[in-house]
Amino acid sequence: MMDFSLSILMASVVSGAAPLVFATLGETFSERVGIINLSLDGTILLSAMVSFAVAYETGNLAWGFLAGGVVGALIAALIAFTSLFWGISQVAVGFVLTLMCKDLAYFLGNPYTRIQGPQLSHLSVPFLEKIPVIGNIFFQHNIMVYLSYACIMVTWFYFYRTQWGLKLRCIGENPRAAYTRGFSVKKIQFGYATLGGFLVGIAGALYSLSVKPGWGRPQGAEGMGWIALAIVIFGGWDPLKVAFGAYFFGFLQIMGIVFQSWWPSIPAQVFQVAPFPLMIFMLVLIHLSRGQRMSQFLEAHPVFRPIIRFLQVNPPASLGVTYHKE
Amino acid sequence: MTHELKKRLFTVALRWFITISIVIIFTTLLLLLTDTPPLEAYFLLIKGSLGSWNKIARVLQVWIPLTLCSCGLLYTFSMRLWNIGIEGQVMLGAIGATAMLKWLSPYFAPSLCLTAAFVFAIFLGTLWSLFAGILKTEGGVNEIFAGLGLNFVAQGLILWLIFGPWKRPGIASMSGTEPFDYSLWLPTLHGFRISPLALAITIILFIATVIIHRYTRWGLFFRAVGNNPNAGTLFGLSPQRYTLLAMSLAGVMAGCAGYFQVTGIYHRLIPSISSNYGYLSLLVVMLANYKWMPIPFIAFFFACLNVGSIQLPLMLKIDSSLSGVIQGICVLAFLCAYRWKLRSKG
Repeated sequence: MMDFSLSILMASVVSGAAPLVFATLGETFSERVGIINLSLDGTILLSAMVSFAVAYETGNLAWGFLAGGVVGALIAALIAFTSLFWGISQVAVGFVLTLMCKDLAYFLGNPYTRIQGPQLSHLSVPFLEKIPVIGNIFFQHNIMVYLSYACIMVTWFYFYRTQWGLKLRCIGENPRAAYTRGFSVKKIQFGYATLGGFLVGIAGALYSLSVKPGWGRPQGAEGMGWIALAIVIFGGWDPLKVAFGAYFFGFLQIMGIVFQSWWPSIPAQVFQVAPFPLMIFMLVLIHLSRGQRMSQFLEAHPVFRPIIRFLQVNPPASLGVTYHKE
Repeated sequence: MTHELKKRLFTVALRWFITISIVIIFTTLLLLLTDTPPLEAYFLLIKGSLGSWNKIARVLQVWIPLTLCSCGLLYTFSMRLWNIGIEGQVMLGAIGATAMLKWLSPYFAPSLCLTAAFVFAIFLGTLWSLFAGILKTEGGVNEIFAGLGLNFVAQGLILWLIFGPWKRPGIASMSGTEPFDYSLWLPTLHGFRISPLALAITIILFIATVIIHRYTRWGLFFRAVGNNPNAGTLFGLSPQRYTLLAMSLAGVMAGCAGYFQVTGIYHRLIPSISSNYGYLSLLVVMLANYKWMPIPFIAFFFACLNVGSIQLPLMLKIDSSLSGVIQGICVLAFLCAYRWKLRSKG
C-alpha cells in the first residue's frame, strides 16, 4: 500500500515538474550563451494565456502549444535584440518585461477568465507502462511529459556531444575568442536566446493546458518563473543538474501538501515559501564551496570531495555582459 | 553655453517625445485590439485620477510609497545594485508597524505607539535589506535572487501572521488583521483620506535623499564604488561596507513606506500590503534614468495610472492591469529611445 501511494506521489512530481523542466532548460540555453532572460515569470503567464486562448478558439491543442512557444520566443528575442544590438541592459529589459507581460496577460486574457477549455489528455506508453513502479511513475502521463524527458536528453547531448554545443558553450565563456575564431557571435547568441524563449513559452502553455488548466487571475503559475530562474543557478547551468533541480522543487511542492496533511498545525504558507530559503542556502553553499577555506577542508577530509565537486560550478563567464567587437 | 543648454534641452525633449508617441501608439493599438474605445479609456484614466480633489488625494496615497521606495532605490542603483528585495522590505516595514501598534497600544498613549511603530518599521525594513546585503557581500549571492527569495519569504510571513498569531477573533480571512482603533490612525485632512504628516515626511526624506546624493561624501562614494569597485578599494573605500550602507538606506525608505501603508491607509495588516509598489518603483527609477529630479513627477504619473485604472473594469469591462501595461511600455520605450539617441551620436 505504501509503495503504491509513493509511486502516485512520484508520478505527480514528474508531471507537475514538466513545465519547470522546459522553462529551466530554455533558460539554460539562453544563459549558457551569455544572455539572461529575466522575464520568465511574465513570459510563462503570457504564453499560458495566449496558448489557452488559441487552443480554445481553434480547438486544437497543438496550435495552442505552438502559439505559447512563439510568444515566449518573441519576448526572448526582444530582450536579446535590445541588448545585443542596442546595448540596453538585459536585466533592465527583462525585469520590465516580467511585470509588463504579467499585466498584459491579465489584460488580454480577461475574456477567457474561468471558462472550460481543452486539456491535454493522458496517453500511456504501451509496454513501458506495465513495468512495475517505474511504469507508474514515468509512463502514464501526457505527451508533453514524455517530450520533457526527451528535451533533457537532447539538451545534454547537444551541449556536450556535438560541435554546435561546443560552439554554444564557447560563446558563453569567451565571446571574444569565439569571434576571433570566426563565429558570428551576436547572431548565434540571438538564435539560442530565442530558442530558449520558445521552450519557456512551451512551459507556459503546459501550465494552462495541463498542469493548472484554464485561465484566471491568478492563474496559479505565478512565481514559477522566478523559481525556474533560481533552479538554473541551483543546477549550475548543467542540463542534467538543472532537470534534477526542477524535479527536486516539484517534489518539495508536493511534499508541502503532504506535510500539511501530516502536521496541520504548521500553516501552509511555510511550505509554499520553503523553496526560496532553500535556494538562497544553496547559492551560499555554492559560493562557499569555491572559497579558500573549503580547499583546506578538503585536504583534511578527502571523503567530501565528490559532494563539493558537485557544488563547484562556475557561471558562464560572459553571462549578462554583451560583447561588442572593437 | 546657451547653445549647449538649448541642444541638451532639445535632446531631452526629443527623447520624451519619442517615448510618449510610442506609448500612445502601442496603448491605442492594444485598446483597439480588445474592442475598447481608446479615447474613452484615456478620458476615464484622467478623470479617475485627477477628476476631483478626493481622487487626487488617493493618487497622493499611492505617490507616497512610490516616491519613498524610489528614493531608496536611488542609493542602491548608484551602487549598481538591483534591489528587487525592496518589495519585501516594504512588507517587513508594515509588519513592524503592525507589531508595535498591536503590542504597545493597550499600555501606552497613541502618539507614543505611533512613534515606536515608526522606529520599529524602519528597523525591520533595514534588517531585511541587510539580509540581502550580507548575502551579497558574505555569501556571494546575487542581490536579485537574494532579494527575490526574501520577498517571497516576507509574503509567506505576512500570510502566516494573518492566518496564525494575528488572526481576527473568530474568522481568519484574506481581509487581514483586526483594524486598529481610530486613535491609532495617522491624522488626516478633513474629508480626505490623505495624511499631511505622511506627505510631509515623504517630502523631507526626498529632499534628504537629494542632499545626500549631491552634496555629501556618501553620495560621491556610492557612485565611485558603483562605477568601479576596484578603484574604490584603492582609495580605501570598502565596496562591502558601502553595499551594506546603500542597502540599509534603501531599507529605511522601504520600511517607512510600509509604515505609511499600515498607519495611513489600511489601518491593519493585509496580504497585499505592499501592493507591488516596490516593484513599480524600480520602473519609476528606470524611467527617471536613475536621476533624482524626475522621480516625484514620474511617481505621480504612475500613481495616476494606478488610481485611474481602478474603475476601468466597471465602466469599460477591461482589466485594470492596463495601467501596468502602460507603465511597462513607458519604460521599454524610454530605454529604447535613450539608447537609440546614444547610438545615433556614435
